[in-house]
Amino acid sequence: MSLVLDIAFTHVRARARQTLVAIFGVATGVGFSIMMAALMQGSQVDFINKLVDAMPHIAISDERPAPPVQPAERAYDAAAIHGLTPETRRLGIKNPLATMAALETWVPGEIGPGVITRAIIRYAGRDVSVTVNGIDPMREPKISTLATKMRQGSLVSLYRATNAIILGSRLATKIGARIGSTISLTTTTGGQMTAEVVGISHIGVRTADETTAYTLIKTAQILQAQTGIINEIRIRLDDPMIAKDVADRIVRETNYQAVAWMEAQEELLSAFQVRNIIMTTVVGAILLVASFGTYNIISTITHEKARDIAIMKSLGFREVTVRRIFVVEALTIGLVGSVFGCVLGYALCLFLGSFEFEFSAFTDMTRIPLLYSVNHYLIATGVALLSSGIAGYFPARKAARVHPVEIIRGAA
Amino acid sequence: MAAPAAAAAEAPLIEAVNVSRVLDEAVPVTLVRDIDLAIRPREFVAITGPSGSGKSSLLYLLGLLDLPTTGEVRVLGRPTATISEDERARIRLEGLGFVFQFHFLLPEFTARENVMLPMRALGRLSEAEMRARADEILASLGLAEHAGKRPDQMSGGQRQRVAVARALANDPPVILADEPTGSLDTRSSEQVFAILRALVDERGKTVVAVTHSMELAARMDRRIQIVDGRITADEQTRPAATR
Repeated sequence: MSLVLDIAFTHVRARARQTLVAIFGVATGVGFSIMMAALMQGSQVDFINKLVDAMPHIAISDERPAPPVQPAERAYDAAAIHGLTPETRRLGIKNPLATMAALETWVPGEIGPGVITRAIIRYAGRDVSVTVNGIDPMREPKISTLATKMRQGSLVSLYRATNAIILGSRLATKIGARIGSTISLTTTTGGQMTAEVVGISHIGVRTADETTAYTLIKTAQILQAQTGIINEIRIRLDDPMIAKDVADRIVRETNYQAVAWMEAQEELLSAFQVRNIIMTTVVGAILLVASFGTYNIISTITHEKARDIAIMKSLGFREVTVRRIFVVEALTIGLVGSVFGCVLGYALCLFLGSFEFEFSAFTDMTRIPLLYSVNHYLIATGVALLSSGIAGYFPARKAARVHPVEIIRGAA
Repeated sequence: MAAPAAAAAEAPLIEAVNVSRVLDEAVPVTLVRDIDLAIRPREFVAITGPSGSGKSSLLYLLGLLDLPTTGEVRVLGRPTATISEDERARIRLEGLGFVFQFHFLLPEFTARENVMLPMRALGRLSEAEMRARADEILASLGLAEHAGKRPDQMSGGQRQRVAVARALANDPPVILADEPTGSLDTRSSEQVFAILRALVDERGKTVVAVTHSMELAARMDRRIQIVDGRITADEQTRPAATR
């Protein structure tokens, strides 16, 4: 093997400039792939984090997934009952404290009660339909990051007035309400209430900021005219990625509907999948183009060294040895290129990360979200090595098959 | 025609039986036809003939660089038609040494490294042993002080002697030479010829050399003449008794 390395390095050294160009090609490919990956994944993770932070990881609601199984169906296989509707009963989660206590025993995370109700906000002649979330200002910081997303006021401001309300930032702008404005709320069941705006929240997700308002649980219960009702239990998990499994278990155990954040955002996540496919394709194409450079240089070397190859073969070198020489050359280019590429990629990320942007008046100054992951570097290097190996293999195979006599005869 | 009694008793190193080689082209070209030939140990054989007569083609066939269209070449007693290309490469590596008209040294390597190439391909010796052996061979050919030079730092004659040293690297019983002095001046030519002569007389090697020079051929021990791909003469030019 050292023989192969020796000859390979000699060839590479003899063609230093072309080799450098090929290395530069691979390095550029690897570098930009890493940057692309950091950028794409970074923005994705950033977005998901915003989303996940802004809403509970799992929301348990009182909607029953299906009509209950009838006793006749339980007793007889052949029994089929049509025309059933889910039971009409008192809304809300039955005995919420007991349910929460039961969940607390095994769910890895924080659990909090909530009341969700829909209402129409009326202010200065404008009507806007909103979702009113009844929350517990003491508990909320444990189950969402809402407390840190307050533009004005804070969660405890809710205690300040009799009927206090916090509005989403876009919602507030839309209706022109400010701190201290008194708005009126109307529910679908006809309930009415006036409330004082005590805070403005800004989560950064447009749909949420446009349609959400927060009140105390008690206020929401009064608005719904249902004393003591809890119709949502919200869970924040230590690891958001297991939300789906936990939600499934909750459905099995409580028979209430439990929706994990990824289910609630299915469309968005599938859009990310499409984005990932696009990213992979683009990154793959960059690396592929880089490997053309490697193919080129190895082809050139095999052409130039055709006589040497013939000599080595006539001396008794095996085809596989000759082939290895050129594959090693290609891999050397790939490896050196990858090393430089990793450095370049890291530098590009640092460079991009150094900028500050203001995307719109509603958002704070942000940096481009980047995700640093060893995997990006490993994958880019792996793909670069693989494509270099393949790019070297074909000219190498062709070269190794050369019939020594043809070249010796030609030279003589 | 009769081979010397002593040589006849020994098995031939290279044997061609009814060998023909036809290039498969639009119009088939016959390089050599119906060759029957046996090369025995310690022979110094000249293959002569006019340009294009097929003498080099015959040498390539004997050296397993080319395969006959029909017939069979046996090297060191082994049939070579049915074995793999790798096995033929192995026979070339261990059993045959090649010297061409041009030195064909690898330009980026020193004389010593060039001589070491076949040893490294064989991989039997340690690095130090190979180095020592390469230096020893180079010294025996009067190239001791050139071991560290690259081919472009040497004269034509020196390069060709390095090529001979490389052919001897794995101590093969047979050296095949294609116009070994063809590109050299008279003085270098004499040096290389003297080395080949000594390989036969002193080291007991077998040398088969293609040459177009009748003068050179006359100084070898056996002369095979090829015309239009056929053997037209095969004679001992030096009585066995004088060896």
